[in-house]
Amino acid sequence: MAYSYQLKRVDFIFRNENDWEKVLSNTIKKKPDEIINELISSELKGRGGAGFPTGLKWKLTAESKSKEKYVICNADEGEPGTFKDREILTKVPYKVLTAMAVCGYVTGAKEGFIYLRGEYKFLEEELNKTIDEFQYYCQEINLDFKIKIFMGSGAYICGEETALMESMEGRRGEPRNKPPFPTQAGYRKKPTVINNVETLVHTWTIFKYGAKKFYDLGVQYSRGTKLFSVSGDTPKPGIYELELGMSLQDFVYEFGDGDTKAVQVGGASGFLVPRKKFKDTAIGYEGKLVGISLPTGGSMMLFNSSRSMFNVLDNYLEFFREESCGQCTPCRVGCQQLLLGIKAVKRGEKPASYLDKLLKLTETMQLTAKCGLGQSVANSFSSIVENFREEMIY
Amino acid sequence: MDKKVNITINGFPVELKKGKTILEAAEEQGIKIPTLCYHKDLCVAGNCRVCVVEVVGQKRLSAACATPCEDGMEILTNSLKVRNSRKHIIELILAEHNADCTKCYRNGNCELQELSSEYKIMTQDFIELAPLKNYTIDMYSPSIMKDDSKCIKCQRCVRTCAELQGVNALTVAYKGDHMRISTFFEKAMNDVVCTNCGQCVNHCPTGALVERNYIEEVWGAISDPTKHVVVQTAPAVRVGLGEEMGMKPGERVTGKMVAALRRLGFDSVLDTDFTADLTIVEEGTELLTRLKKALVEKDKSIRIPMITSCSPGWIKYIEHLYPDNLDNLSTCKSPQQMFGALAKTYYAKARNIEPEDIVSVSIMPCTAKKYEAHRPEMHDSGYRDVDYVLTTRELAIMVKQAGLDFDKLAPAKFDRLMGDSTGAGVIFGATGGVMEAALRTAYELVTGRDVPFENLNIAPVRGMEGVRKASIKIENPLEEWAFLDGVELKCAVAHGLVNAKKIMDAIKAGEADFHFVEIMACPGGCLGGGGQPIPTNPEIRQKRAEAIYAEDADLPIRKSHENPEVQKLYKDFLKEPLGEISHHLLHTKYTKRERF
Repeated sequence: MAYSYQLKRVDFIFRNENDWEKVLSNTIKKKPDEIINELISSELKGRGGAGFPTGLKWKLTAESKSKEKYVICNADEGEPGTFKDREILTKVPYKVLTAMAVCGYVTGAKEGFIYLRGEYKFLEEELNKTIDEFQYYCQEINLDFKIKIFMGSGAYICGEETALMESMEGRRGEPRNKPPFPTQAGYRKKPTVINNVETLVHTWTIFKYGAKKFYDLGVQYSRGTKLFSVSGDTPKPGIYELELGMSLQDFVYEFGDGDTKAVQVGGASGFLVPRKKFKDTAIGYEGKLVGISLPTGGSMMLFNSSRSMFNVLDNYLEFFREESCGQCTPCRVGCQQLLLGIKAVKRGEKPASYLDKLLKLTETMQLTAKCGLGQSVANSFSSIVENFREEMIY
Repeated sequence: MDKKVNITINGFPVELKKGKTILEAAEEQGIKIPTLCYHKDLCVAGNCRVCVVEVVGQKRLSAACATPCEDGMEILTNSLKVRNSRKHIIELILAEHNADCTKCYRNGNCELQELSSEYKIMTQDFIELAPLKNYTIDMYSPSIMKDDSKCIKCQRCVRTCAELQGVNALTVAYKGDHMRISTFFEKAMNDVVCTNCGQCVNHCPTGALVERNYIEEVWGAISDPTKHVVVQTAPAVRVGLGEEMGMKPGERVTGKMVAALRRLGFDSVLDTDFTADLTIVEEGTELLTRLKKALVEKDKSIRIPMITSCSPGWIKYIEHLYPDNLDNLSTCKSPQQMFGALAKTYYAKARNIEPEDIVSVSIMPCTAKKYEAHRPEMHDSGYRDVDYVLTTRELAIMVKQAGLDFDKLAPAKFDRLMGDSTGAGVIFGATGGVMEAALRTAYELVTGRDVPFENLNIAPVRGMEGVRKASIKIENPLEEWAFLDGVELKCAVAHGLVNAKKIMDAIKAGEADFHFVEIMACPGGCLGGGGQPIPTNPEIRQKRAEAIYAEDADLPIRKSHENPEVQKLYKDFLKEPLGEISHHLLHTKYTKRERF
């Protein structure tokens, strides 16, 4: 039986447009409220993975009373399997800068930072040139907004927004207690908007083409498009801009190698979906469209039947054990226990039922860890162990 | 008007002031939420996650210590979800912790042990991590031992070192499974900026940081019939020891302590307060001499303000961090070291004992005193001046080992010759005490009259404010001190090294015009010292301070220079303050050190 599928390829993000000056000067002719309302009506959600409504974030920061505010572009792209932000900053950096400047105009921030992943040092020089050009134009139109690059040092945890701010302030990259949230007390304890690189580019699209154009793409609860970093056992790895809400089955038809056993959606901190659940899985934010709906920061890793799921999990857990900041108990000790635990089961040193004990442990980690890192280890662990239990044991 | 919020805790409605955390709200209601990384002296970290509670309607649990109460919150502190998670977390901590409790120095006074006993953690399902890591015990410091295998990474020590002391000797290194509490370039504690103040020991919930104990060595000396063992007790010990013996904070146990020491077998039970009085006479004279040189002779080489030198934690701090200001320090040794030097000279001669047969032990509220006694310059008697330094906690262990029922001991008095003290010596144990004692003596020396404060209580220098300033105007001085007429003697007091930094920075910047400054390394002064009973917190320190001042008020003599034994000491031995023998035995020099 033939299955007809349709993946909606879109081309907004990388569309080369030379009118960023116009977009910027036109947008800041509007009142801040108008811009915020437009963002809210577009239903744009954060593209880093957590999916917080972008308009609301800007609004909350705009409403926070403070003379000093900041805009931060989170370019600490560290999730295994994502490489889209690098491409954005290489190809269309001016869109990001424009969006940051508009955000500064809307919220009252005079300074913006691009927190650039340590491993992306090679982007710095080019990016600085673009920033210089950009600043020149800002001066021309009397827009008081400065952008600087802040180089990260290579810790995964610094992609977590509050750890990122700690790191910028010169301390260890350790997540803070929330509340307060960055919109109230972020960088230097001042109200701060922190957005993912891709999120900012989507706001550009909205400024230029209007909220409706964006809203019309995607599905309910998951509007607009998204960049996907496709890797693994696929004949065409790369970066693709697709509409949200697609079914994973469609995705695999397009990108699979005909033998796709499972897809890891959202990188190491995301979920593994086995073949039998492709049909019931949609890619988007919460809201049940087709069975379950999985959010993603854009990482899509395909595995074919030659891959051992034990090795995949082992690899993720080693990553987490290393990249946990080590601050809170559930994450620091939990990650070590999970890794040693599955190895012990594999070697027969612990009974298979020990996996259930570990699954319970991931529940506790999800409930009690201080930040998203420790909370999301449960995602890949439970989805892999529950779906490929026999591979863990034998 | 303070805003109120209404919440429920475990179903019961509670109204409270806005801004309180869930932990504080529960405490007010008499509900204990277990904690490990939380400490009243420190900022909130929220990293052990033991205090998690359920806020109805929220997907995840919240750390009670770090979550402010919001109107309408329904909080469950003991739901099944909370219990299971909490138990899980304790199990995880135990999996990482070297839980060899019976062999641990903190056995019986360990927050983790208490917690796991409360939650009846009877099995260990998780894989033990401590044996997999190559932990070593840092024993290089004569004051503090650090055993990483017992560390639960609550970072209380790190926050203590940073927030209370501003020293930052202990920091977090590495991440993930390699994360540990370490020092600059992972050097030994003895080789870094560590001041040995022991506040980290006092704030550690487990046995990861403990004092280097010398209990067996002291038992050995006591049991040696050829040795004459003298013991001196610092002022703050008498208001802390009771806590180790099951009494409430703030009990004064001076008499019982003396009785206990005598029963432990010490040959002579003496008082550091005696040399505290001596310190005042020496230091008071030094201050006046310096002022004369600076104000009258305009001697530019004299550094004003003069800063006290009783606190060995503070001394090490200034040696590391303000090496250019060492000339501001009084050259007086601390009372402990003055005592040690005199014990093997003056005391030995008077009692007709060979100094080499004397073992000098001191009981201190302090771990830095152990380091101080180890300093190479502290051999002025021709021998090591103080052989062993025990903390209040170690003394308590000895009393328990000897099987003494502390409660039933009849109070006893210190032995004579270096056992007599005044109220001025006693208040050395509290922040501001040295200042107060010095002013009582110096003012009288200069004017021939009592300090102009009711009952000699110089209230402005008392209290727990981090930095306190006071001034006394000198009027109608005796002829010898005529140059001080009308001079406003400006003083400052600081406790906790983070406050010391404030004063030092002001002095360095030339913004401070003090004449005399007292600095104590520990919060509250010696009574909050790193060798005092655990736990410590602001309320406990307040109680100990009240006890100190009560002890002072009850003593018949309250001015150092009126101490009859001190007077006798000058008559028979030292001749005069700052004299040649004093200079040799009671004064010292300081060493410039690196900043790390």
